[in-house]
Amino acid sequence: MTEVTLSNVVKKYGRHQAVHGIDLAIADGEFVVLVGPSGCGKSTTLRMIAGLEAITGGEVSIGGRVVNDLPPRERNISMVFQNYALYPHMTVAENLGFSLKIAKRPEAEIERSVAEAAAILGLDELMERKPAELSGGQRQRVAMGRAIVRQPDVFLFDEPLSNLDAKLRTQMRVEIKKLHQKVGNTIIYVTHDQVEAMTLADRIVLMRDGYIVQVGTPLDLFNQPVDTFVATFIGSPPMNLLAGEVSAPDRITLGEGLAVPVPASARGGLRVGQKVQFGFRADNLMPVGHAVEEAGQKAQLRLTVTLTEPLGTETLLFTEIAGTEVQAKMLNPRPVTPGETFDFELMLDKCHIFDAASGNAIRS
Amino acid sequence: MDRNLAHRNRRRALKVAHFLTLFVVMSIICIPGLWIVLNSFRPTVEIMAKPPVWTPSFTLEHYRAMFGGAGEGGVPVFSYFRNSLIVSVVSTAIAILIGMSGGYAFARYRFRGKAGWFVGLMLFRAVPGVALSLPLFIVFARLGIIDTHFGLILAYVAMNVPFTIWLTDGFFRQIPKELHEAAEIDGCTRWQAFWKVEFPVARSGIASAAIFAFLTSWNEFALASQLTRSVGSKTMPVGLLDFTAEFTINWGGMCALAVLMIVPALILTFIVQKHLIAGLTFGGVKG
Ligand SMILES: Nc1ncnc2c1ncn2[C@@H]1O[C@H](COP(=O)(O)OP(=O)(O)O)[C@@H](O)[C@H]1O
Ligand SMILES: [Mg+2]
Repeated sequence: MTEVTLSNVVKKYGRHQAVHGIDLAIADGEFVVLVGPSGCGKSTTLRMIAGLEAITGGEVSIGGRVVNDLPPRERNISMVFQNYALYPHMTVAENLGFSLKIAKRPEAEIERSVAEAAAILGLDELMERKPAELSGGQRQRVAMGRAIVRQPDVFLFDEPLSNLDAKLRTQMRVEIKKLHQKVGNTIIYVTHDQVEAMTLADRIVLMRDGYIVQVGTPLDLFNQPVDTFVATFIGSPPMNLLAGEVSAPDRITLGEGLAVPVPASARGGLRVGQKVQFGFRADNLMPVGHAVEEAGQKAQLRLTVTLTEPLGTETLLFTEIAGTEVQAKMLNPRPVTPGETFDFELMLDKCHIFDAASGNAIRS
Repeated sequence: MDRNLAHRNRRRALKVAHFLTLFVVMSIICIPGLWIVLNSFRPTVEIMAKPPVWTPSFTLEHYRAMFGGAGEGGVPVFSYFRNSLIVSVVSTAIAILIGMSGGYAFARYRFRGKAGWFVGLMLFRAVPGVALSLPLFIVFARLGIIDTHFGLILAYVAMNVPFTIWLTDGFFRQIPKELHEAAEIDGCTRWQAFWKVEFPVARSGIASAAIFAFLTSWNEFALASQLTRSVGSKTMPVGLLDFTAEFTINWGGMCALAVLMIVPALILTFIVQKHLIAGLTFGGVKG
């Protein structure tokens, strides 16, 4: 079986350390997405797994076998690159069959595998073309086809969709997910786009500055961010954060005369006088009558809307709490003019408290 | 309507001007060559005639004499041709092999003093070959490789390597490194990845570097005239000197030999040029 394990993996470029000892265990057949802002070491990590980058320290194993010193060809992996890296002097068919040809498989078998992959990805019409004669989306498909034909243990993707336009990207995202359901291989996928991460991943690995910040299912990261970085990186719009101070064991003061009860989940971890960040998502601040009816502790706030972003099924409302701009959401939308005032409900049970100094979430 | 017409006229005028300029420039480049070809087919009296004879007559006399015996103005054309061919082909092949390895190393690997090495190679190109002819002559004489194919090949390889490194470095640099990485993941060794992917993609560039190296060796005169002296090693450019005597120059014969020198170079360029154009259409790698 092909689980992939990283233990204390380090990468240094000269004096610059790009990856600071990561530990990660990926199960067989799992779809794991490495996500994080540009330059956080995602590609470097992926390339170390692929064998394209030497590992400075630690251990990478694929299917229980330590691969630190194995060249890429002996790791039985496939990789799809951001620029596709199709062989420009070969036709689509030759591109697809290249790995089998190198492995000296019989001609008939190569033809059959290539035809199969082409059928899966709808490339039959293009087999005789050269990469230069293909559109971006078609090239992307060929790159994926080339990866499939090998029947690898692990698929590696490095931002495979970032050169496509928005519509095609959504479409290919679905195809990649379907592909995973069909072939069931382990997939490690790198992206800087949190939407891609949320929609594709069984598990997300969120990285920052060469460290792993949080690992978990998309909903774990969305509902229980370990710090303000995760809270603002995952989810769209990003989580609202308000500066506040613990004024009593069960109260947080957010600004002039505005205090909210401490959510039950955080009560144990706070001390009076502590500076905190009070976080909540737009979904948890809605005008009365435009929210889903939910039981739980709520706070009522009267706020004035400054800007709206209608999205169809919902409308984003921009407003201010204690001088900080926050976003709220309105379900069952009706036209709203800026300046209009609503009574908002804040779902306290869904709020998050972070320590202001460290940014870490406080839970009891 | 009027504006359209004016626009069209101006476009036409521009096109004519463009054409004329090209014609003049090409004439300046081509007429000396044409002159050589024409003269090789004219009797000596006509070549030397003053005022010039405008209606040329045609003769193969110079060619006949050239291939004839030593007594009647013949020169060992076949030997010269063979020498030129051996020296040029071998030195080009070696220069391309070394140049390709060097260019690839410069394009793909990091090593200490890389920039310094590169500048050094280019500086080496800045030294005119003739300036080296005396030192080369002395060294070669001591080594006993004066007047051999080997000596000349050595000199030409040294002359061509910096240039081929520079050219191939540029071509390899244009190929994204992901290509060989993809090949390695697809099961190639580093060596296979180079020969099956990077080399074919850079082939047109390497071919053009080879043409340059070949033509440089084929036409080189200054060094060859110092380092060769006998029929066994003299190349065609040096062979041209056979037509100069103390007081006379056999212009017709010289032109005839020059034509024999130009023709293979032209043919080669044509063959490889087709290849070059085919190679240039390989298209982008990026989306
Ligand atoms: N070949 C290299 N040499 C030096 N530094 C590098 C090299 N490749 C990447 N880095 C550095 O390592 C860090 C992580 O890069 P990378 O893994 O490409 O980030 P990303 O998460 O955007 O894929 C960056 O700071 C980058 O500048
Ligand atoms: Mg990257």
